Amino acid sequence: MEILLAILIGSLYTAGVYMLLRRSILKFIIGIIFISNATNLLVFMSSGLVKGNPPFTAPDGTPLEQTADPLNQALVLTAIVIGLGVVAYTLALKYKFFELTKTDDLDELKQTEEV
Amino acid sequence: MINVLVLILLLSLSLLFFKGTLKKQMANVIAVFQAGLFAYIAYLYLNNGNIQESFDWISALNLSFVFNLDGISFIFSMLITGIGALVFIYARYYMKKYERTTPFYIYLTLFSGAMLGIVFSGNLIQLFVFWELTSVLSFLLITFFHEKERARKAAFQGLFITLMGGLAMLGGIILIGSVVDSYNIHDWTQNADAIKNSELYTAGLILILVGIFTKSAQFPFHFWLPGAMEAPTPVSSFLHSATMVKAGFFLLLRLHPSLGGTPEWFYILSTAGAITMFIGVYFAILRTEIKSVLAYTTINALGVLTLLMGIDTFLSVKAAILFLIIHAFYKATLFMVAGVIDKSTGTKLFANLGGLRKEMPLVFIFTLLATLSMAGLPPMLGFLGKELIYEAKINIPEASNFILIIGVASNILLVAVSVLFTYKIFIKKPAHKVEIKSKPNINGLIGPGILVILSLIFGLFPQLLGGNIINDALSNVFENYTPVKLKLWHGFNTVFFLSLFTVIAGFIVALLIIKFEKITFYWNKFNERILLFRFTDVFVKAIDSFVSISRKKDKIVQHGYHRYYLLSIFLLTSVLLWSQFFETRSWIFNIDNDKNSFYILIVIVITILASILAMFSNKRLATIAILGVSGYGIALIYLYYSAVDLAITQILVETVVVVLFVIVLQKLPRFAKLSNWKIKVRDLAIALIFGTVMGLLALKATEVNFDSSLYDFYSENSYLQGFGKNVVNVILVDFRGLDTFGEVIVLAIAALGVSVLLSKPKKKKV
Repeated sequence: MEILLAILIGSLYTAGVYMLLRRSILKFIIGIIFISNATNLLVFMSSGLVKGNPPFTAPDGTPLEQTADPLNQALVLTAIVIGLGVVAYTLALKYKFFELTKTDDLDELKQTEEV
Repeated sequence: MINVLVLILLLSLSLLFFKGTLKKQMANVIAVFQAGLFAYIAYLYLNNGNIQESFDWISALNLSFVFNLDGISFIFSMLITGIGALVFIYARYYMKKYERTTPFYIYLTLFSGAMLGIVFSGNLIQLFVFWELTSVLSFLLITFFHEKERARKAAFQGLFITLMGGLAMLGGIILIGSVVDSYNIHDWTQNADAIKNSELYTAGLILILVGIFTKSAQFPFHFWLPGAMEAPTPVSSFLHSATMVKAGFFLLLRLHPSLGGTPEWFYILSTAGAITMFIGVYFAILRTEIKSVLAYTTINALGVLTLLMGIDTFLSVKAAILFLIIHAFYKATLFMVAGVIDKSTGTKLFANLGGLRKEMPLVFIFTLLATLSMAGLPPMLGFLGKELIYEAKINIPEASNFILIIGVASNILLVAVSVLFTYKIFIKKPAHKVEIKSKPNINGLIGPGILVILSLIFGLFPQLLGGNIINDALSNVFENYTPVKLKLWHGFNTVFFLSLFTVIAGFIVALLIIKFEKITFYWNKFNERILLFRFTDVFVKAIDSFVSISRKKDKIVQHGYHRYYLLSIFLLTSVLLWSQFFETRSWIFNIDNDKNSFYILIVIVITILASILAMFSNKRLATIAILGVSGYGIALIYLYYSAVDLAITQILVETVVVVLFVIVLQKLPRFAKLSNWKIKVRDLAIALIFGTVMGLLALKATEVNFDSSLYDFYSENSYLQGFGKNVVNVILVDFRGLDTFGEVIVLAIAALGVSVLLSKPKKKKV
């Protein structure tokens, strides 16, 4: 199953990079989402996959054996939430940008001011 | 010594708070202060002899502040504070009509402090700091009239050249410092043989000499000095006589014991010095402006000093030290006189001047005596200097007639320059009547007066100088020295006849130029012919082309296309990852085949397909839908592999993202077709290269065994310390609670940004 997951990560990165390289800003934002998802998965996978044994303690509070690693999960959880912030902000920025310039083309963002 | 420097710093800072009468008399206050320093240093040295102070600076680097007062620094500090005091008195007269004098006086005071810092420094790194300070401060002084473009350009040129030279010098100091493992000048002198025998010697010497040559305006770096006369005249007077350009000569004296006495030293210094000496006076003779003539004669004098240091005999160094004093006296005088004439008549051009000897008799006498000293005629101190220089040149061990000939030639021209200078201002009949707008007051005349009288007294009683002052300095340069006697009259010897010849020839040249005006014309023509380029032009061109090259480079590297920046980042990262991957390629997959996971297999496959589809979808809504599918798929994967919290979060976030997209999409256009298929294929290839290596990285990550101590800690203490049974939650809100708080803040800032961006601007009330 690791191989399949690795393929998934690879294809998510491929899609993300491909989208980032597009001129359309909307596609660019979608690319960001793919890449952040791919990275989350990569971090999550790096501590090894454990099935059906979430990082809980026993009902009396003693630690259980062989649970999944809680540390990666905590990291990834933070990353997912931050990713939401990034996407929401870039979307708003994109919206404003389009309102002002009426274009979706990144190539027209070349200059900061009139030359 | 450090107390002197601290006092100067305090004084210059307190100038900011001067008000009323005190502000009016600011220059006089500083002059009194400088005179006080003069007396203090003289008292210190004459009572105690050599003094050394040192303070810890960076002990880890074996650096300490070292200040010493010996014969050499005594002469220089006397010149700096003595002429400094006179310059400030003079500035009271010259700067009266100008605005912004407070910063001007602050810079000038600091400048004298930086110069004193150089001459007191016993440590070369410390010396370098003061050295660069003088460059920066002289920049600020030259740009006093910063409304004038010429002043700005000249100041930039001076700063650029002296700073470049300073950097070269720092390199040289470090090179040679690495041989001795110390930057203390004393240590260098102790290990002079080790330095001269090391293979770094030549490189270090050349680098240090570049620094000295730029500062002391030696050929081929001489051209910044004439530009620097854009500064107010008190500054020129100070800069040319006692400070700045003399710093190079000071360092030559200081480093002579450790670096001097080799063929490299002799050839480099005497060549550069001889050329500088000649071209300085050669160009001086045809200048049409007072200050310009003086600037070029300074170049000549600096060349003489360097040449004498290069000749490197006992006699020549003695001559150089004497000449330093002579030149400081007459050059400060002449610049002050130039300023007085400029202020009184409103012009600096020889063409508009003439016949001033009746209107300004005192100024005429001062000028006459100072130019006598410059030309090297008795009874002035300059005469002694010239005799001694000739003596030194005749007695060169390697008997190079070339040096003597070029020396005599440039002295003949110098005599002519001196004669013409006085003649054109005071004697010749002016073309139009010269109007005297204002008579100089006492402040304007004290400085030149005192200097001329001193020059005369020392000329008549040379033993006053020769007795102690010069001998002491010489003892710092040479270990074994014989005390010198300075005499005005040497008798009829070779030197005397050479002098006589020089003077007569000089007068003839001057007479010819006065009688036949055509000579000047043809001479100028001739110069235009033979001079293939002017150094200032080359400098300007070099700077311009430097700017234009870097602009071209910027156009290539900073093209402004967002996606190409990303493209190069991804390509480079892929290359690095792939090569690392190739290095560590021998590893074994350890995969358990999971038979009971049919449905997660389907989820994964669907997610893979979704990500592939996303690339090729042209419909916006479809793309968003695919995005959602892949997001939810990932949430299911988290769920399957025991990450309940992640799954919940991912589902929530994914939902919000999809909703956001759908809302925004209504306001946005369809995907435009912006790329052709070639670009798409290229991008896809890059994406595949990057994606593949990341996939392989993921596989490799499963092989890594992490240290499990953190895992153990969190599982054990989750309930004991955090009172929670869900370890992930406890980490987030308890163990790493502050991090989560930071995350909340990030989200709050993002939300703030979104609300600002989406709010409609309020209409202005009319």
